[in-house]
Amino acid sequence: MILKLIWRNLWRNSRRTLITMASIAFAVLFAVLMKSFQDGVFNNLIKNVVGYYSGYVQIHQKGYWDEQILDNSFELKKELNNQLQQNHQITAIVPRLETFVLASKGNTTKGCLLVGTDAVRENKLTQLKSKLIKGSYFENNEATVLIAEGLAKRLEVSVSDTIVLFGQGFHGVMAAGKYKIKGIIHLASPEMNAAFVYLPLTATQSFLSAENRLTSVSIGIDDPENTDAIAQNIKAIIGQQYEVMPWQELIPDVANHIKADGFSFYIFSGILYLIIGFGLFGTVLMMTAERKYEFGMLIAIGMKKSKLQLILFGETVLITFFGVLLGILMSLPLVLYLQEKPIRFGGELAKAYEQFGFEALFPTNVDPNIFITQSLIVLGMAVLIGVYPLWHIHGLDPVNAMKK
Amino acid sequence: MKETVIDAHNLSKIYDEKTIPVYALNKVHLHISRGEFTAIKGPSGSGKTTLLNMIGGLDIPSEGFVEINGTNITELKGNELIDFRLNNIGFVFQSYNLIPVLTAKENIEFIMLLQKRSKQETEQRVLELLKEIGLEDKINKRPRELSGGQQQRVAVARALAPKPQFILADEPTANLDSVSAENLLDMMLKLNQEENMTFVFSTHDQRVINRARRVITLEDGKIVADTAPTSIIHKQIAKI
Repeated sequence: MILKLIWRNLWRNSRRTLITMASIAFAVLFAVLMKSFQDGVFNNLIKNVVGYYSGYVQIHQKGYWDEQILDNSFELKKELNNQLQQNHQITAIVPRLETFVLASKGNTTKGCLLVGTDAVRENKLTQLKSKLIKGSYFENNEATVLIAEGLAKRLEVSVSDTIVLFGQGFHGVMAAGKYKIKGIIHLASPEMNAAFVYLPLTATQSFLSAENRLTSVSIGIDDPENTDAIAQNIKAIIGQQYEVMPWQELIPDVANHIKADGFSFYIFSGILYLIIGFGLFGTVLMMTAERKYEFGMLIAIGMKKSKLQLILFGETVLITFFGVLLGILMSLPLVLYLQEKPIRFGGELAKAYEQFGFEALFPTNVDPNIFITQSLIVLGMAVLIGVYPLWHIHGLDPVNAMKK
Repeated sequence: MKETVIDAHNLSKIYDEKTIPVYALNKVHLHISRGEFTAIKGPSGSGKTTLLNMIGGLDIPSEGFVEINGTNITELKGNELIDFRLNNIGFVFQSYNLIPVLTAKENIEFIMLLQKRSKQETEQRVLELLKEIGLEDKINKRPRELSGGQQQRVAVARALAPKPQFILADEPTANLDSVSAENLLDMMLKLNQEENMTFVFSTHDQRVINRARRVITLEDGKIVADTAPTSIIHKQIAKI
């Protein structure tokens, strides 16, 4: 009988119930869309930034990040390599030897970042081959370089030209070498585009007299959500002489931007929920006020206040439950569609994004947690609002309630 | 000697006790025995509804107490009082008596379900009562589909369903046309005579007063008369 009463009371003013349900449904729809867009865009941003160079996790010799010199390089032992390869969540392991050197052509000399890397593995993590705008991609057994477009312009060099690299090698030895340019690459970040030179790892180690040594191992993973867990896992396996850094520590600017934007999401969704909360409260207030006589009559004829409270609470929760359900049913196909066919900006906006190494792409993230969290927030709000009729009934005097 | 159902002792209800006291009821003594058909009349503000509310355990007296079948209900609180009302007192209000979202049958069932009666007993009693009030063909109608008189009949059936000690009716005919009012009164009188059910009304309605076996007149919170109505006296004289 209680359930029957809850259900029928819900529909005694069907228009009002439907409007309230619709407002809850739209709140859930907007909140889910906002959050899944935000997560989707951030995941894409992370994929872009992290996939562009750093990788999701990096391993260095302990102390390297604070003092980035070749003397803080390390030897990649076979067992460490095996341990990393055994982790199924790791999709790419890129050994690198990086240092600042001078690049020279004729009378022009410029400072640059020399990145000694495995040609095949590098391409797997950062799709370096796809950034080639002239010439061809280098191979591991060669001693040829890929030079960033901006640096090539500054040195006034092109494919097949030879540049001289010189700098300081391992343990302070003099490093100098002549390398033929095999390709010119375009890197979206202006800073990187003006300074990067890629050389196969073996050739770099030989150039810097640092046989078998690396400054970093960049790691690609299958799910960015697991970055911290994987970093912790690696840390636990490889021992104390290494430092393991997730991308948030490697690129703190991006991590902070995401954190700040996440905070603004909470403000926006908070405002949204506040508006919906007041809407729902208004409905509950009306539902309570217009039935005051009826409540008085029910208590007078022998209905316990707790039963009446249960009915009213049930009405509030049920109205919210249906609103939330409707919201999920409305948002799910939309979020799925936008994940499959993300919004892609064109024109100047796309160019501006691409200049900074980001795709002008706005995908959504279909994460069940988003739906669960947003639904629980609205339901929690309903429970909170549902306290009002309970309080009202608690203090209800049937004689006063039945006065007209 | 007839069994006393309602016993009100020295009942007073005082508003604004600390400033200028207003007596809604002033030291009222009232005894109602089983099977009585009593009307409480009086002008507006005379204290009829207040007296009814106190007898029904809906209002607390400032002084005095009410005993129902020997239980001092003034001492009962919260759920204990609600349970007492549920099992001992039937209420019929002026209007808006029924739960609008339940059918006639469900409205009557509802109160028995509150009493946790078995489904079988409830079903049997509800059909019996609907037959008694002559609405067995309206069992699945909601209040809005019933006339005012039919709604009040369902309200009486609901009040009777838990087998109370007595029924309190606050101006039950106030919103009814004369035919519906007469029908309702006929039905209540029948229940009074056949089932010995005690009825106490507050009313302005002369039709109710004329049918009552006992009429209590209230003025300014005091009982100023407690007699049988003239029509009844005339009938009794005629019989003699």
